[in-house]
Amino acid sequence: MIIAILSGKGGTGKTFVSVNLVAATENAVYLDCDVEEPNGRLFLKPQQLVSAPVTVLLPTIDRDKCNGCRQCVEFCRFNALAFVRDNPMIFAEICHSCGGCALVCPEQAISEIPREVGKVEKGVSGGVHIVTGILNVGEPSAVPVIKQVLNGNQPEKPLTVVDCPPGSSCSVIESVSQADYCLLVAEPTAFGLHNLKMVRHLVQLLQKPCGIIINKADGEYPPLEQFCAETNTPILLRIPYDKHIAERTAAGEIIVREDHLMKEVFLGLLGRIENEAKR
Amino acid sequence: MKITIPVENNQETVCFSFGRSPYFLIHDTESNTNEFKANPAVNAEGGAGIKAAQFVLDTGAEALITMRCGQNAADVFKAAGMKIYKAISANAQENLKALSEGKLEELASFHAGFHGRA
Repeated sequence: MIIAILSGKGGTGKTFVSVNLVAATENAVYLDCDVEEPNGRLFLKPQQLVSAPVTVLLPTIDRDKCNGCRQCVEFCRFNALAFVRDNPMIFAEICHSCGGCALVCPEQAISEIPREVGKVEKGVSGGVHIVTGILNVGEPSAVPVIKQVLNGNQPEKPLTVVDCPPGSSCSVIESVSQADYCLLVAEPTAFGLHNLKMVRHLVQLLQKPCGIIINKADGEYPPLEQFCAETNTPILLRIPYDKHIAERTAAGEIIVREDHLMKEVFLGLLGRIENEAKR
Repeated sequence: MKITIPVENNQETVCFSFGRSPYFLIHDTESNTNEFKANPAVNAEGGAGIKAAQFVLDTGAEALITMRCGQNAADVFKAAGMKIYKAISANAQENLKALSEGKLEELASFHAGFHGRA
């Protein structure tokens, strides 16, 4: 079963929930798709690391062969190409690596060369297999790295947890693409609810079953309860705003590994998700 | 010489955005005529600055007066040897007058692209 952990708003506790879920079962795959700031590894501390680069294809133009017909410039829907003073120009960060320019070039002047945009690290921590996507600083698109994290021939485990990026953009859509169930982590605040609505709408469009965890629950926030009731979204767990949990998490520890009760809570959550996903 | 300015739908007001302005005013200093061309990049999914810059260059313009300009468009203009001046008025014609009087300064800073930002 593949569970994606999303939030809309950043900092609600996606990674907290993700690492505690996998650590509670001690037999899972953890995929960190929050590739701009992959933090799961700080808690899971993977060993036996193996790293592989992530590359995208970038066109390169042989100026001796280019006859200036501009068919590549006209073709590119992302406008990553220009033709100035008899010279073709390529904007690497805008290119989506579709390869169309090379196909339409009548002179075969365009070839594609790999460009590194990040890397994927694999490692283990107890019974948990950890895959971390890391996007190079300054790269505008996280999607190629996320794709490689998701399609990396993971070992067979009963549970896979996908720690998603915040928001509801392309990188989130890519991250949840293979999920059987979406777990939305929300804070009981106006800001938290606003962004929860966006991500709830997204998973609805993607036709994924979903449930909500309210984290840092320091009392009832009626608008959030009302939203869950109106949209028929189950609240699967409320995690209290607890100083001890915060301190242990800030110290880089995984709470279920030292607190038997919390371990039972997360295993119970997993059971509820399995039931919900069957409905 | 042809000078271009991104303008709003009223074809008078300088548009704050270069790449996504609805029109470009093309002013010919020799014939003292104005021409308005619709910007083909106005609804581009991405790379609007590059496409708009290519379009402006292809009109034969040699100078641009604009409020601001993105780095990608600036790279295209730099390769073409285009002069980029900073607009000092919201009115296109006043900027043309200021340029003819030598009152416009070259645009010194360019903003990063917005493409792909989540």
